[in-house]
Amino acid sequence: MNTVAPVFEDAEKGSSLWHDAWLRLRKNKLALLGGSVLLFMVVVALLTPWIAPYSYEAQNLDLGASAPSAAHWLGTDIFGRDMLTQIMYGGRISLAVGFIATAVALLIGVTWGAVAGYAGGRVDAVMMRLVDILYALPFMIFIVLLMVVFGRNILLLFLAIGAVEWLTMARIMRSQVQSLRQQEFVEAAVSVGLSPAAIIRKHLIPNALGPVIVYTTLTIPSVMLLEAFLSFLGLGIQPPATSWGLLISYGAETMEEYPWLLIFPGCALTLTLFSLNFLGDGLRDALDVRGSKD
Amino acid sequence: MALLSVDNLSVSFVTRNGTNKAVNNVSFSVEERQITAIIGESGSGKSVSCYAVLGLIPSPPGRIDGGTVYFQGQDLLALSEAELRAIRGRDIAMIFQDPMTCLNPFMKIGDQLIEPLTLHKGMAKGAAKEQAIALLDEVDIRDPQAAMSAFPHEFSGGMRQRVMIAMALINEPKLLIADEPTTALDVTIQAQILKLIAELQIKRDIGVLFISHDLAVVSDIADQIVVMEKGKVLEGGKPKAIFDNPQHPYTQKLLAAIPSGQKATNPVAPDPLIRIKHLRTWFTPTAGAEPVKAVNDVSLEIHRGEVLGLVGESGSGKSTLGRSILRLVPITSGQITFEGMELSALEGRALKQFRHRMQMIFQDPYASLNPRMTVYDTLAEPLLLHGLVRTADLDQAIRELMDNVGLARTFVRKYPHEFSGGQRQRIAIGRALATRPEFIVADEPVSALDVTIQAQILNLLAELTKEYGLTMLFISHDLAVIRQIADRIAVMYHGKLVEQGSTAQVFETPQQEYTQALLAAIPGANAA
Repeated sequence: MNTVAPVFEDAEKGSSLWHDAWLRLRKNKLALLGGSVLLFMVVVALLTPWIAPYSYEAQNLDLGASAPSAAHWLGTDIFGRDMLTQIMYGGRISLAVGFIATAVALLIGVTWGAVAGYAGGRVDAVMMRLVDILYALPFMIFIVLLMVVFGRNILLLFLAIGAVEWLTMARIMRSQVQSLRQQEFVEAAVSVGLSPAAIIRKHLIPNALGPVIVYTTLTIPSVMLLEAFLSFLGLGIQPPATSWGLLISYGAETMEEYPWLLIFPGCALTLTLFSLNFLGDGLRDALDVRGSKD
Repeated sequence: MALLSVDNLSVSFVTRNGTNKAVNNVSFSVEERQITAIIGESGSGKSVSCYAVLGLIPSPPGRIDGGTVYFQGQDLLALSEAELRAIRGRDIAMIFQDPMTCLNPFMKIGDQLIEPLTLHKGMAKGAAKEQAIALLDEVDIRDPQAAMSAFPHEFSGGMRQRVMIAMALINEPKLLIADEPTTALDVTIQAQILKLIAELQIKRDIGVLFISHDLAVVSDIADQIVVMEKGKVLEGGKPKAIFDNPQHPYTQKLLAAIPSGQKATNPVAPDPLIRIKHLRTWFTPTAGAEPVKAVNDVSLEIHRGEVLGLVGESGSGKSTLGRSILRLVPITSGQITFEGMELSALEGRALKQFRHRMQMIFQDPYASLNPRMTVYDTLAEPLLLHGLVRTADLDQAIRELMDNVGLARTFVRKYPHEFSGGQRQRIAIGRALATRPEFIVADEPVSALDVTIQAQILNLLAELTKEYGLTMLFISHDLAVIRQIADRIAVMYHGKLVEQGSTAQVFETPQQEYTQALLAAIPGANAA
């Protein structure tokens, strides 16, 4: 925002639509709870190297898989590694995949959709047909192929998942922009002489962000699930690195003997997904234009 | 005894932000065979009180706090929902502003009329069909036989409203409630529909409750007028009494706001700022389809310093003409010159730089402002884009603009949704003026506003035109508004320019038949 010089020293504070949305969100206890849990997870993930009870590599083969105890709150795995530590390190990867892959999807999808929606006509047709084609590809095979050709690389995993998830984002953005560009304020911006890039950046994207944000909060869990699924298949994160998906996969192998190896990483993943979904629902209600005062 | 008498009706809505008294101790009545009109601006409670009569207030949040509503001696508020529903279908019928939303788009008009006849009145299919044709004939639909097998979208707005009236007549109601039935219609169609309602009301012995925001419209047909503001009835009486001797200051204000009178002639030396030659703007909806000839061979000159009023009904191409001049829509052929410079040839950078010399004011102030930008940002955008002020002087320039369009400086940090329609239109005008344009296209700038606000904005535009030395193309469907602000008038019909001349000329001696029809349709002949 621009700074206002003394000319407007008595200006009343306006209430932006974002601010209104925040006021509405604040009344939704479930969404706030989801947001807090998520924040907690992120903070823990960031601080893991300093607050984890054990070192990541520490093994205690004598101990083996032990049930939860005072020394190991969530038990240990078959190599005697502390589960809490494993889950904390796994969370770093899982959350990073979720956020980074979604950010990639967001960047590509929003730009692509906005350009297609604003340009219309032939440009739009070509761009959206490309999206349709990518949609039609069986993406699991696509990702498996990528993994096989380029090796199992975590960066590639981010990109691969992002490259799949942006398609829906692009469609949402395009339909938003298409309806927005009919509005007179866009015509006004054209008649003022703004360039298409500036119109998209200043007038279209900020007004289309509501649904995109909501979809984003719902994309993160689906990306995390995707990563868990890939890791479960052995295509995702490779040991010695770990993720919740990988931990669940190991846990599943031994769930009859050592159920805690499955339950605790499962809980961590479920809790995070629930939180994101609650937050997403809350955001949808809060950002819904029909609910805003007019 | 009155057909419908409403006494001390109060309705409130309970919302998160407290209780809102929408209707407060309102009393009015509709006599048999008479038309009572309720007049008020948006939010005055005129519609709410009528919906309350029919038990159509959603509850919650709505709540009827008190009062009585007697219809043919029966208290409607004391009836059960089932009893009320019977009365709504049989004795009281409604017509609405937008007939399209009330008709089933997938059913033929004939079937939509026959269905209630066979269902409610137990008529045989053949008799019902004859009855339906007779009804369509009664509401003056040409060739009712053919209309029976048409779908709603094949009809114009006026025709659809006639069908709605025919449907309302099926059960031979005693009372017809008409909620802004002509607001969405063109002025000549509006006159026809008003005439139709007045005729039917006499022929069929119907009492009519007519809700409108437009005092001029009801002045011709109403027997009683009730003026409402902020949920209260301010005054009521015969139209003549209201017009000749309004008691309440608000009614006086409403009357004063009816656009009337003519702009003092301001003879400018004909010095064409803009010349349009054989302009065609055609749209091809889908490839290969017959093009829509929105603007078809229009030649026109707009003189420096004048306000040229462009009149036409919806679909006449008047908005497209305005947008063509500003190069907001691609033109098909023809020439537009601005001070001798050919606009139609400008492209890219040159066009962008030229844009600050011509600006546009839009119809809908709710859609023409970016909801995520403050007043400051909205006004700053054109100033900074064209480098018209240095950053250091930006605040001063914005303050000047806000002063000029009559916006309090304290509002500078606020967002569009925090303003009323009139204030928003002031912001939009400020944005258009920011670049110090020489030419402005104002596309129906007051038709989305309440009548008192409309008068203020018209005055503001007239003042600013003088102050900024503007040339303006003022587009409107409302001849009374045009007469008040324009020096010259051009009339468009079906994409062609049918008549132009000075305001006095066009109003006093219209040459073309279409112009004469337009002038005859101006509502409020009794009001003036």
